Amino acid sequence: MSGAILSVRDLRVRAGERLILDGVSLEVCAGEVHAIMGPNGSGKSTLTGVLAGRPGLEVLSGTASYLGRDLLAMPPEERARAGLFLAFQYPVEIPGVNNVYLLKASLNALRKHRGEPELDAFEFLNLVRVKLRQMQMDESLLNRGVNEGFSGGEKKRNEILQMSLLEPTLALLDETDSGLDIDALKVVAEGVNALRSPARAIVMVTHYQRLLDYVVPDRVHVLAGGRIVRSGGRELAQELERRGYDWLRDGTAAA
Amino acid sequence: MTSRQQELESLVGRKYRHGFVTDIDSDTVPPGLSEDVIRLISAKKGEPAFMLDWRLKAYRRWLKMSVPAWAQVHYPPIDFQAISYYSAPKQQTGGLKSLDEVDPKLLETYDKLGIPLHERARLAGVAVDAVFDSVSVATTFKERLAESGVVFCPFSEAVKNHPELLERYLGTVVPIADNFYAALNSAVFTDGSFVHVPKGVRCPMELSTYFRINASKTGQFERTLIIAEEGSHVSYLEGCTAPMRDENQLHAAVVELIAQDDAQIKYSTVQNWYPGDENGVGGIYNFVTKRGDCRGRNSRISWTQVETGSAITWKYPSCILRGDGSVGEFYSVALANHRQQADTGTKMIHMGRNTRSTIISKGISAGHGQNAYRGLVKILPGADGARNYTQCDSLLMSDTCGAHTFPYIEVRNPTAIAEHEASTSKISDDQLFYCLQRGIAAEDAVNMIVNGFCRQVFKELPMEFAVEAQNLLAVSLEGAVG
Repeated sequence: MSGAILSVRDLRVRAGERLILDGVSLEVCAGEVHAIMGPNGSGKSTLTGVLAGRPGLEVLSGTASYLGRDLLAMPPEERARAGLFLAFQYPVEIPGVNNVYLLKASLNALRKHRGEPELDAFEFLNLVRVKLRQMQMDESLLNRGVNEGFSGGEKKRNEILQMSLLEPTLALLDETDSGLDIDALKVVAEGVNALRSPARAIVMVTHYQRLLDYVVPDRVHVLAGGRIVRSGGRELAQELERRGYDWLRDGTAAA
Repeated sequence: MTSRQQELESLVGRKYRHGFVTDIDSDTVPPGLSEDVIRLISAKKGEPAFMLDWRLKAYRRWLKMSVPAWAQVHYPPIDFQAISYYSAPKQQTGGLKSLDEVDPKLLETYDKLGIPLHERARLAGVAVDAVFDSVSVATTFKERLAESGVVFCPFSEAVKNHPELLERYLGTVVPIADNFYAALNSAVFTDGSFVHVPKGVRCPMELSTYFRINASKTGQFERTLIIAEEGSHVSYLEGCTAPMRDENQLHAAVVELIAQDDAQIKYSTVQNWYPGDENGVGGIYNFVTKRGDCRGRNSRISWTQVETGSAITWKYPSCILRGDGSVGEFYSVALANHRQQADTGTKMIHMGRNTRSTIISKGISAGHGQNAYRGLVKILPGADGARNYTQCDSLLMSDTCGAHTFPYIEVRNPTAIAEHEASTSKISDDQLFYCLQRGIAAEDAVNMIVNGFCRQVFKELPMEFAVEAQNLLAVSLEGAVG
């Protein structure tokens, strides 16, 4: 395995008046899958949000580098074009904008950035049809408004569909498993597993260890009170499932 | 406002692409309005006596009327004696037989506007009547249309060649004293388009009129009359542009549509008059009366408008649903950016049984723009089973703009159903961030979201013009998020 794709050091982040992340450090190398777990309100979504450039979050101190670049200095669209993808916990509806139109605009924005020719409508449709079958999604979803009237499960699948089209170098999955039934969870997990490669890294935020039965992580971190309080292998997730989070709340030492 | 929105708002810069002036000798009547001026206009056009009488009657009514004050728009009083009521390129006055005789400067003007009039470069499948200031300078595909019996010609030509149709229909939908600006138009109108589609004929191509204001200190007062006889179909589109000037210019048009039994008229407008600069200096006052009369059974009139230009827009394309089973539709996108003011909407008057109407209005306000939807749905006692559906959505793109809604619903028949839905929204940070996170530039994201908002209306436009409308909206909204 080669070097670090993402390197976060002592990150402190505020949303409004509230301090959410209070000194988070994280190193993710190529080929790795990391899981970030933790109780509600521990700052998991803020961490993926600040890495993707979500507005409304203020970095007080600390650094984050992505492929050796200063990630926090890049505008969100540049982070995306450089291969950073965020699968949203609550994908937003954009009424009247065709799903397929957004997908194509997105893929072509990335291709253009990489100096590759843009795909025409025909080439794009062929590509997206293959991915749709993999995600077991109905083709009619392409011609509906972005996330408009999608069920919870459809929204999450749509996120993974986008991810598999865009083939990111670093994928951040924010509670992609929440609200999915077991069949949908398997489909999503297959989508994530298909993306695993020695050249990529994946960071999954999850509240439950259920997803980790299907996507086996290399590293598991527990985020509590704005800090990573423990890190370990996949066995840590199983321990959390058994014992809950309470036993970690008082402990401050990261393993 | 978030910093991103401020950053985007700072990029606001409307580029008006049609603001050039054509340097051409014009025959312009000195400013001022009187019976003599009206007689002069009528004489210049060689009109029959009934037209002059009609104009004078309108003028005398107008003198007793006052400027309407109910609209949600604000502007200094207009000095009607400071406007010139007739301006025509000199060469035009003689009456031309073919395009070869048209001043090349005029042809060039329309080329620049993307409306080629030359035989070779003509828009495929679209016949164009080009109106320059007070007169029509060219009409394409006239012969081909004549083969199917369709009359498509400048209004002044119709006055000479089809006086019987004019005497029968002119002013029957918008009476001369309907309102202040309609009365003014009736007195001084100079040109416009006339369409007559005979019984059972489906017009073989799109008809289109392109209005261009060029001369300064003039007003444009055109009149359009479209008559669709029993079982006929016609689709008509108008576009408009004007030079960039510091003065405000008045455009007061009247459009009358008549649909007989089973006839269908689709009327689309892409209005891009000069809107003034970002401080509200200059721009066109667009005070227009448009009304369609679904006179026959099962007739249908459909208005689609994309209003991006003008300093002030004041127009309410309406339908009188007289025939049983007739259908009226109104699809509208109105944009008010910078200091633009729009007060627009529709009236649906249900008279016949089982009449139906649909109103879809999308208002976009940006900068300091003020956008009002004003609509009347009136269901009269005889309109058994009448139905109306109204959807009225506003999109706010800054903290300094405004959206206003004035829906009036009058139902006088117990079997009728009127539905009204309204929403007001902003482009949310979440929507914008979602697009940015997918690598899409902020400007493109905004365009995408706004176009999505307007989609229900754009899909009603003829294909070529839907693309033009989307591009126009993109230019008009460059960076306008806040």
